Amino acid sequence: MTKDDPILTPRDTDIADAELHARLMRTWTSPPGLWAAIATVDHKVIARRYIATAFVFLILGGILALAMRLQLSRPEARYISPDRYNQIFTMHGTNMMFLFAVPVMEAMAVYLVPLMVGTRNIAFPRLNAFSYWMFLGGGLLLWLSFALDTAPDVGWFAYVPLSGPEYGPGKRADLWAQMITFTEIAALAVAVEIVVTVFKQRAPGMSLDRVPVLVWAMLVMAFLVIFAMPAIMFASSTLILDRLVGTQFYNPAKGGDALLWQHLFWFFGHPEVYIIFLPAVGMVSTILPTFVRRPLFGYMLLVGALIATGILSFGLWVHHMFVTGLPRVGESFFTASSMAIALPAGAQIFCWLATIWAGKPVFRVPFLFVLGFIVTFVLGGLTGVMVASLPFDTQVHDTYFVVAHFHYVLVGGAVFPLLGAVYYWFPKMTGRMMSERLGKLSFWLIFAGFHLTFFPMHILGLIGMPRRIYTYQPELPWAGLNLFVSLSSLVLAAGFLVFFIDVVRSRRSGLPAGRNPWGASTLEWATASPPPAYNFAHIPVVFSREPLWDEKDALPVTSGLRTDRRELLVTSLAAAIPQARESVPEDSLWPFFAALATSAMLIGSIFTPWAVVWGAFPMAVTLIGWFWPKGTKEEMS
Amino acid sequence: MKQYPVAVRLASAAGAVVVLAMAAYVGWAREPRTFRLPPPLQAGLNDIKLMASGIGGAPPEAFFAMGKPYEAGSFELSQGKRLYSWFGCAACHGDGQGGKGPSFIDGWWLYGPGLVSIVASIRDGRPHGMPAFRDKMTADEIWQLAGYIKSLGAYSAHLSAPGRNDDKSPIPAENRAPAEILFDPGPTPHHPDQGPTP
Amino acid sequence: MRSKLNLRAGGLLLALPLCGCNGTQSALHAEGQAATALKGLILLIVLVCALVWIAVVGVLFWALLRRRTEFAAGNKIHDHRLRLAVYSALAATAIIVAGLTVASFYATRALYSSHPPDVIVQAKAQQWWWQFTYADSENRPLFQTANELHIPVGKDVLITLEALDVIHSLWIPALAGKQDMIPGRRNEQRLHAERQGIYRGQCAEFCGIQHSHMALVVVAEDEDDYAAWLAEQQKPAADPITAEAEAGRAVFLGKPCAACHTIRGTAAKGSTGPDLTHIGSRQTLGAGLLPVTRGSLAAWIADPQTLKPGNNMPLVPLSSDEVRQVSAYLEGLR
Repeated sequence: MTKDDPILTPRDTDIADAELHARLMRTWTSPPGLWAAIATVDHKVIARRYIATAFVFLILGGILALAMRLQLSRPEARYISPDRYNQIFTMHGTNMMFLFAVPVMEAMAVYLVPLMVGTRNIAFPRLNAFSYWMFLGGGLLLWLSFALDTAPDVGWFAYVPLSGPEYGPGKRADLWAQMITFTEIAALAVAVEIVVTVFKQRAPGMSLDRVPVLVWAMLVMAFLVIFAMPAIMFASSTLILDRLVGTQFYNPAKGGDALLWQHLFWFFGHPEVYIIFLPAVGMVSTILPTFVRRPLFGYMLLVGALIATGILSFGLWVHHMFVTGLPRVGESFFTASSMAIALPAGAQIFCWLATIWAGKPVFRVPFLFVLGFIVTFVLGGLTGVMVASLPFDTQVHDTYFVVAHFHYVLVGGAVFPLLGAVYYWFPKMTGRMMSERLGKLSFWLIFAGFHLTFFPMHILGLIGMPRRIYTYQPELPWAGLNLFVSLSSLVLAAGFLVFFIDVVRSRRSGLPAGRNPWGASTLEWATASPPPAYNFAHIPVVFSREPLWDEKDALPVTSGLRTDRRELLVTSLAAAIPQARESVPEDSLWPFFAALATSAMLIGSIFTPWAVVWGAFPMAVTLIGWFWPKGTKEEMS
Repeated sequence: MKQYPVAVRLASAAGAVVVLAMAAYVGWAREPRTFRLPPPLQAGLNDIKLMASGIGGAPPEAFFAMGKPYEAGSFELSQGKRLYSWFGCAACHGDGQGGKGPSFIDGWWLYGPGLVSIVASIRDGRPHGMPAFRDKMTADEIWQLAGYIKSLGAYSAHLSAPGRNDDKSPIPAENRAPAEILFDPGPTPHHPDQGPTP
Repeated sequence: MRSKLNLRAGGLLLALPLCGCNGTQSALHAEGQAATALKGLILLIVLVCALVWIAVVGVLFWALLRRRTEFAAGNKIHDHRLRLAVYSALAATAIIVAGLTVASFYATRALYSSHPPDVIVQAKAQQWWWQFTYADSENRPLFQTANELHIPVGKDVLITLEALDVIHSLWIPALAGKQDMIPGRRNEQRLHAERQGIYRGQCAEFCGIQHSHMALVVVAEDEDDYAAWLAEQQKPAADPITAEAEAGRAVFLGKPCAACHTIRGTAAKGSTGPDLTHIGSRQTLGAGLLPVTRGSLAAWIADPQTLKPGNNMPLVPLSSDEVRQVSAYLEGLR
């Protein structure tokens, strides 16, 4: 320890703010240039890239949705061929789930969690960079396959045997399966980072009962990713093996089972919904108190509800398989467990209502999105209770009723809070406010357009319209409602257009935001907007759940970290007592090269199993480069 | 913290979107899987020029005009595979290893390995029991089936070869080149009456 | 009570067809035992959930718009009352959810009767049509038909469900909920029509390019009509009565048609496509695509890949005379 004497090594103790800023910037900032931009490991830069890319995929997926609405606007329309339509609805689902919803929620976590727990970078920052490049690779793979007319056409659920070797000719299903692998690797990487950041890098004093609800939500989400994603990776890998190598996992004639696929898929697929939904409720729980000027009511109950939802979500998957002919007793159990998840969801809603009741609402755009969320999500949750009922489900399963239900849950329950979150944190991310006027316009267009588009689908489902059909016959009584839905979808699209116009306009010429434009309570608002590369000049010390409301004058801070290399504070899991100064990695190109090598291996394995063998060598080289020892060590203090 | 100018970022984002949009357009304009073959093209496909011996010949112009889909198109090959079971080929040829009829994977083609010969065999029949399917299948179906049968005997699997069937088939899937795996001339060649194997 | 429920669902009922020419396909237009029980359950749950939604949104608006008195965060009495409200709401949720679960259990029990069925029909789904095999009392197959199921009213009909290629799902919403047909597994579906009528059903599990056009009709008729239909269907195909139809038969047997289709009593013995022995007596062709008329038969034979792109029937080049003759022949197969 002697060579680390504070007199010999530059520390952040007893120097002026301006000098400290200059020194930290020197240490933490990436140099200019394209290669440096690729090499950066700053969680904020990577998260912004992640979010922007995910929103590009949202736009592309939205265009696909409009194409489907065009085709369905009248009976026996011939705007889009059935083959292309099947690709389009498969792409829409796959894109929205794997390339938009999950990545954007994880990206919000990558941006916000380190700031909210008061640390300087996410844990494993190079893994974080690697994760982004893998995500981008998966997205490009899927969209290029669509451009080349070889996009998967087997549905985002890719049920065997339709996606299997006998009935899925060509490389379409293989492309789907490998795209899954890309995005799962990316998602698992981020999940690990979040868990470690939340457990080990919280600001001193931020004991578990002072962790912001959003951070709790992201933590539970990360655990869901870690437990759910391996099931789908196993499923997609065995599917590729069946198709390419001739294994028999899903061949009933040789002892395989087509239903095995559905179990594996939904064991992932149902928690997937909560992977998207839990971060969104975390956002709601964070935005709401700011705009009712009151701490969240029922913190413990809310956190308990998040954890309970996470655990329960692994016990519901069979309600996606109610009509496959499983034993009745088992199915009844899953009816009960699916109904039971209404309890934690209800607990959260009641806590929010109590918070609003006890507070003084200020109707700004983020709050409007939260209110839109409550109105919409409660409806979606209630239709969820309906499809949880086994007999009810036998009539609505795989109909437009279910399409309506999950759009209410995913758009109402996750995209509304996400848009609110963009309005809320945009000032933090860019230093500029978004427009209230355009924001209100886009909210009302999206809210009205959404309900006009998706509510009639409940009725369409009940009067017999199945999902995933590219057309329907004129004598069926669905044409009027379908045309109405198609026209309404234009309103919804217009709302999103206004939103994106607002984002682009505000990015360039929005009003300067300042540190804490909303008067919020959590730590990310304690630093400049946008935050400097080092996040916090001094790591803050936390004494309550609302540090910025309770410490109005000046936030207490720690000191003693070195300024000549990237250091942050490691604290204990439960009470967040400082344990060590940890020096974190510098920028590096290796994650990018590792992602390239992994991509080449995964894409090659669509065509030949030998790609796994030959592809392992470049991967080994890049990983060795990545992990080459650097000789800095963490120091106990 | 270094940042690119907004214009550069916007331009590159727009560029990426434009590239994707153009690629999407190219994909859209590219011909998808062919389900409907117009009668003139079907007639054209029948126009093969077979050598007088009945072995080998030239494919018709329509085949080239269509871009030779039947040799390597994954959809055509997999359709051929379905036709193989629908039209009862297995009754004589088994799973490809032969039975009453000859094997497709022993490296020996009685009438040559050319696609045109196989088409002629299916369409017009051959002596010793191979029936003519002229009146049972359409021209494009015959070509699909012939393409599949040719791929069965390939010594290196084509990238677009179909995978295994969901059945009890004992031979390796087509995309693993069963002919290469199973070919074993043994102590006596499979067809001693026909001279050495090619 | 029932009329009130119907009022609640008034908006939905307005959208109902009274009777389409292909029969109805709606869960709310219940004409079967199971479907009626399900409709009751659906209306009950929808009503309860609608009330819950109205209550929650009402409380939300009240909380937003209520007149605020001076309020201090952390006020003990307030917090206590709020906590009480939240916990009672949670208890109410638990009770409602438990009630709906119990209602579901009872509805489930009502759906699956265990007494022996009066009629057993074997259904085999394949891309993209339905094959039905009727059997005699000793379970020997009598005849095959396609895309059209006839059942006697007021009887329990057991359909055994198999899939020959990919997963399909049999769904006739006016009679019962859906049941998947999965390769390598054997499921069952019970139908019990309470009234005569024609009910439309459709495949409900995505099964490939023509999933949209994989429909069927169920004809529920009284005992006598049903028996007459059974007797009629067991007969071999009628001989053509006109010269045109006679020529049509020759074309059918001489062209690829006969390689895939069976017409009992002729040399056509193909098994890949639907049995056409009594095609003229069916309501639809192409699995619910078109009504069976001379014209639609001709259109279908002339160009099946334009009407139903990607289906397994190839475009067989025929002259216009041949098309006319074959359609005349098939229309006569009543």
